[in-house]
Amino acid sequence: MKKTGFLERLRDWDADRFDLTEKTAGDMHPDLSPKPLKQEIPDAPLERLATRGERAFDRLYPVLALVLGTVMIVFLFLTVLDLPPYGAADNPAHNEVTARYLGSGTAETGAVNAVAGVILDYRAFDTLGESHVLYAAITAVLILLLVQSDAPEADDPGARLMERDPILTVTASVIAPIVILFGVYNMLTGHLGPGGGFSGGAIVGAGLILLSFAFGPHRMKRIVTFRTFRIASISALCFYSVSKLYSFFCGANGLHTIFSPGTPSRILSAGLILPLNIAVGVVVSFTMYGLYSLFERGRIG
Amino acid sequence: MNDFLMKLWDSRFAVAAVILFAVGFVTLLLHRNLIKKIIGLNIMDTAAYLLLTSLGYIENRLSPILRGDDTDPAHYVNPLPAGLVLTGIVVSVSVTAVLLALTIRLYRRYHSLNVDEIYKMAQKEHGV
Repeated sequence: MKKTGFLERLRDWDADRFDLTEKTAGDMHPDLSPKPLKQEIPDAPLERLATRGERAFDRLYPVLALVLGTVMIVFLFLTVLDLPPYGAADNPAHNEVTARYLGSGTAETGAVNAVAGVILDYRAFDTLGESHVLYAAITAVLILLLVQSDAPEADDPGARLMERDPILTVTASVIAPIVILFGVYNMLTGHLGPGGGFSGGAIVGAGLILLSFAFGPHRMKRIVTFRTFRIASISALCFYSVSKLYSFFCGANGLHTIFSPGTPSRILSAGLILPLNIAVGVVVSFTMYGLYSLFERGRIG
Repeated sequence: MNDFLMKLWDSRFAVAAVILFAVGFVTLLLHRNLIKKIIGLNIMDTAAYLLLTSLGYIENRLSPILRGDDTDPAHYVNPLPAGLVLTGIVVSVSVTAVLLALTIRLYRRYHSLNVDEIYKMAQKEHGV
C-alpha cells in the first residue's frame, strides 16, 4: 500500500471516472471533448518563470486584500453607527407597507401567517422568480455534472459499505418517514403557522437524502427517477406560473376570481396560497434531492 | 466613548453582521482554495440575513402569525424582512450549488483546488 491517504484514493477514483466520462462524451461529440490532461500535468513543471509583475502582484496581493477589507469594514461600521437602534418601534423600516400587510392581510389573502401572505400573494411574482432560480441552478448543475446514463456505475466502496450498515438502515427506516411527514405537514399548513413551501420542501428533501444514504441509489429508483423529477418539477413550476398569471390578470383588470380568501385559519382557505405552497414544496424537495444525487453520483435517480 | 459604545450596543446585530461579513470577505480574498472561497461567500450571505432579520424585529411584539381577530399592526413584528431573507437563502443555495459543481469540474480536469495552480495549468494548456 503506497497511497493510504483519503485524498489520494479519492483522486485515483475520480481520475478513473474522469477517463470514463470523457470517452463516452467523446464518442458522441468528438469536437467538443476536451483532451484529458492527466498524463501531462502531474509531471509538467509548474514553476513557469513568472514575470516580475506577476511576482510583485503575488507579494502585494495579501496586503492589498487586507487594506481593501479594512477600508470596507471601517465604512460599514460608520454606516452601522447611523442605523436606527435595534428593536425600536419607530424605525423607518416599519412603515405603512407593513401596517397594510398586517392590518388587512388576513382579510385580503386569507392567510393567518403574514409572511406566507406576503411572499405567496402580495409578492408572489418574487417567489415565482425564486422557484425558477432554483430550477435554473439545478439545470446548470445537471449540465456540469451529469454522466452518461448507460455508463457503468462508478465503483465507490464507501457507498457500498454504508448501504449495508444495519444501524443506518434501521434508523433511517424509522426516522425518514417521520421527517417526510413533518415536511409535508409544514407544506400544507404554511398559511396557518410557521412553515411553508420552502421550509417544508427542504425537510422533505432532507428525508429523501437520508433514505438515499441508507438504501443506496438502486432502491431509491423506486421513489425518485429522473422522469419523476422532471415531471414533478416542471408541472409544479407550470402550475405556479399559470395560476398566478390568471390571478394577476384578474387582479389588474378588476375581474372576479374563482379563488377567494375563505375563512381564515381553516386548512382549506387562503385561496391560492395552499396550492402554491405545495407547488413550491415539490420544486424545492426535488431540487434538494437532485442536487445531492448529482453531486454524489452524477445522475438523478 | 461611552456614547459610542452605547450606540454600538443599540445596533448590536448590525455590528455582528458587519463582523461576519468581514470574516467572509477576508476568507474569500485571502484563501487560494476554491472550497474555502465558497465557504467565505456563504458566511457573507449569512451576514446579510442577520442584518435583514434584525431590521425587522420590534421589541415586545409577537411573531407575525395573526392571533384570532387581532389584526392591529402595533402588536406584531415586521413580516417583510422574513420574506426577503427567504429569497436570499434560496438564491444563495442556488449559487452555492452551481459554484460547487464548477469546482468539481475544475478538480476533475486539473486535480487541484488551488486557484493559482489551476490558472497556471490553464495558461499552459492554451499556450499563453
